[in-house]
Amino acid sequence: MAFLSQKTKEVLFGPLNINNPVVVQVLGICSALAVTVQLKPALVMGIAVTIIVAMANVIISLIRNTIPMRIRIIVQLVVVAALVTLVSEVLKAFAYDVAMQLSVYIGLIITNCILMGRLEAFAMTNKVWDSFLDGLGNGFGYAIILVMVAFVRELFGAGTLLGFRVIPESWYVANGGFYENCGMMMMPAMALIIVGGIIWAHRGLNKEVK
Amino acid sequence: MEHAISLFVRSIFADNMIFAYFLGMCSYLAVSKNVKTSAGLGVAVTFVLLITLPVNYLLQVHVLNPLGLGYLSFILFIAVIAAIVQLVEMIVEKFSPSLYASLGIFLPLIAVNCAIMGGALFMQQRILLEPENVKAIANLGDAFAYAAGSGIGWLMAIVCLAGIREKMEYNDVPKPLQGLGITFIVVGLMAMAFMCFSGLNI
Repeated sequence: MAFLSQKTKEVLFGPLNINNPVVVQVLGICSALAVTVQLKPALVMGIAVTIIVAMANVIISLIRNTIPMRIRIIVQLVVVAALVTLVSEVLKAFAYDVAMQLSVYIGLIITNCILMGRLEAFAMTNKVWDSFLDGLGNGFGYAIILVMVAFVRELFGAGTLLGFRVIPESWYVANGGFYENCGMMMMPAMALIIVGGIIWAHRGLNKEVK
Repeated sequence: MEHAISLFVRSIFADNMIFAYFLGMCSYLAVSKNVKTSAGLGVAVTFVLLITLPVNYLLQVHVLNPLGLGYLSFILFIAVIAAIVQLVEMIVEKFSPSLYASLGIFLPLIAVNCAIMGGALFMQQRILLEPENVKAIANLGDAFAYAAGSGIGWLMAIVCLAGIREKMEYNDVPKPLQGLGITFIVVGLMAMAFMCFSGLNI
């Protein structure tokens, strides 16, 4: 496509794989692990972070020449905190049950390292449109990992996906079948081990990642 | 008093910031390469938590709640944390250069550490709990106990991981799993071990 130059493509699609914010740059791990017990909160979290990163990148990129270097961290934090407050109020109004499931992790988007990392490394030195694409790319890269982890945990931990039953009731031992849910998947520890496995597979497939 | 002690012990073991809530993971993974620096970061986190959490508690109870400004809490908390971290850095530099030399490099990192902000947000939720609930924070003493417990829990977690990683230097880990991958799995196993504290009650 003509309007996507080589550099733009790199900015937008790099974070999905080679430059993934979670498994390569090691940013934003806290929330990535905590909200992945079920697929639905993970999806909502992925979308919320994508919107916030893209918007914060645009705003900081617009005002980047007027921010004094010494207080830039505080300026960035205030912009991000204002955006997160907006998203949190919208979620409470339109998706109350998901907002309650995500509890403090919505507020913790403020200190999500992906935001500060992208603002510092990209938005402070790049034009508005590129910053917007970079925000979108990194948001999606984050969301992909969340969805992968949540998919495994919900499928094996509860036998459902997005709340719909995938593994039939009649398979369970309680109903005379042979199958049991893996309760371990619901524990915090398994999120870490699944992400460890994803990193293993990712590095095994992409030899150039150190 | 009993309640504060129970809160303190529970927040070290059962409600550990790292193993139960994954707060402060980024710096936890990045700085845990050797025991000495990770102990420094752990002490700095505990120190900042002990100052910011009671301040945020007082703001929440005496300013935000009476005025009905709960929705401003994110902006207020992060501003308080950033300002206090800056202040602490300046005061420590002025009065105790030796402490500054060992903690100084970590202090700017801490403003954006999720454990500090997470502590404030959990505190906000725990104010609403019934006073007889073991997790409730009912007064300033509880806020201090919670801050101290969370900080020490974090310190213990990072020192343990650093110790394991120092030993692991000599192990033959599969190539793609080296570094980050194996660290995640080690933390996962540690979290599993910490699950046996989950019924802890005093």
